[in-house]
Amino acid sequence: MYELLKLLEHNARYSTAQLATMLGTTEAEVQAAIAQYEKEGVIRGYTTIVDWEKTEREYVSARIELKVVPEKNRGFEEVAEQISRFEEVRSLRLMSGGYDLAVTVVGKTFRDIASFVAYRLASLESVQSTATHFILRTYKENGVVTEQSKDERGVVL
Amino acid sequence: MDYSNILSRRAMELKPSGIRKFFNAASEMDDVISLGVGEPDFRTPWCIRKAGIDSLDKGKTWYTANTGLAALREEITRYLYRRFELEYDVKDVLVTVGGSEAIDICVRSLINPGDEVLIPEPCFVAYAPIVDLSGGKSVPIVTCEEDEFRLNSQALRKAITPKTKLLIFPFPNNPTGGIMRREHLEKIVAVLKDTDIVVLSDEIYAELTYGGRHVSIASMPGMKEKTVVVNGFSKAYAMTGWRLGYAAGPSQVMEVMNKIHQYAIMCAPTTSQYAAIEALKSCDEEIEAMAAEYNMRRRVIVEGLNRIGLKCFDPGGAFYAFPSIKSTGMTSQDFCEGLLHSKRVAVVPGDAFGESGEGFIRISYASSMDHILTALERMEAYLQEI
Repeated sequence: MYELLKLLEHNARYSTAQLATMLGTTEAEVQAAIAQYEKEGVIRGYTTIVDWEKTEREYVSARIELKVVPEKNRGFEEVAEQISRFEEVRSLRLMSGGYDLAVTVVGKTFRDIASFVAYRLASLESVQSTATHFILRTYKENGVVTEQSKDERGVVL
Repeated sequence: MDYSNILSRRAMELKPSGIRKFFNAASEMDDVISLGVGEPDFRTPWCIRKAGIDSLDKGKTWYTANTGLAALREEITRYLYRRFELEYDVKDVLVTVGGSEAIDICVRSLINPGDEVLIPEPCFVAYAPIVDLSGGKSVPIVTCEEDEFRLNSQALRKAITPKTKLLIFPFPNNPTGGIMRREHLEKIVAVLKDTDIVVLSDEIYAELTYGGRHVSIASMPGMKEKTVVVNGFSKAYAMTGWRLGYAAGPSQVMEVMNKIHQYAIMCAPTTSQYAAIEALKSCDEEIEAMAAEYNMRRRVIVEGLNRIGLKCFDPGGAFYAFPSIKSTGMTSQDFCEGLLHSKRVAVVPGDAFGESGEGFIRISYASSMDHILTALERMEAYLQEI
């Protein structure tokens, strides 16, 4: 049953009492299940979806495609670990297709990101090439659409 | 020109809907959470929309046969058998413009002036006006909270007179969420079995039955020949705007219904019919997923209402909760107006569904979980203020 995980993924602020009602179970069972998921690392953490575009904060993010030479015994693990350690990196994924690693990077300015790519990423020995795409606008994140559409339903009865 | 002496007297005498003004006001306010609407919040599943688009793409824009596309009627018979163990011949199925048209033409096919039509109440607002327009007499049978708003067989027996022609049987029920399980149907069948009363079984919410499958009264022994089953795509498939429903029943009734349908409507919308074929062929999983989501919200709203002090029985179907507000001492209208203006939550006063709905409100949970939780918080605050 992944219902509990799906609910938490949708909204991590549901109380255990609310979750218990939704799932037709007891609070104790919900608490136990969450504890177990946390212990097993199925639940990695709880986060908030922030629309930074609505704030004054200077904020730029980019998605970088990396082509990487895999290492003999460790494949992509070594370079993935190295890249994960950079604070600027928000997400890192191994991809199938035309490139190997997808990196999401955030910074204050375009220049921040440009220099991060040039000096930190491109300089890594196993990195063959980089392609940087700046994110211009977010329409949907973690399943949440940024602009809420209005309820158009009008008929009552 | 003064039309007051020109317009149809019967039409003029129909009661206007008392709550339209109220909901027009709601729609002009900001930040209102409406738990008032009677239609799914889900979009029609994509594969169904795609089938409609494809049919337009191919230019299938003509009328269909009056009774509906043969392929659709065939799928409807399969569906009724698969989901509700109802066996119908394709010729006894008529595709209509929503369940509403099916109800209308069924009543018009059966009712002579003076015939009595039994209507469990509180109920959907359209039944009585349709009966009135046919010159029939609508006879409400009050259902009550203690019976979880089921039709009580004693009350039914008492309401039957020699003039009784038709029983409208709307379960799962709008507005109460009440349902009739097999053991409850048995008692109704016992009352009807030696009569010639026809049953119009409005099963538009059948797929939204929780804690067990819906049982159609037409599937009970001896009832198929007495029953016209009305169903449709609006609620189960989230297809309200497509306006597509159907009726299945005894051949003699269906022939007359089809005759009226031919003259009044020609045929149901062609695009919707093509989409509906896809719905019936491949969307059993989608409708079950939507029903599971409604069920989750149902538990939250019923638990929440009882917790904040509005007594609410556990509704087994549809997407409505029908809590009592009698503990507040207010009328349903006052309660709802106060709730809208002070807390910006719109719900429907119970008396909109008949006098017996006074003291109750209808809350639709066809709304997102987050809206439902916020609405409950606002209602709790409202109850503390009044």
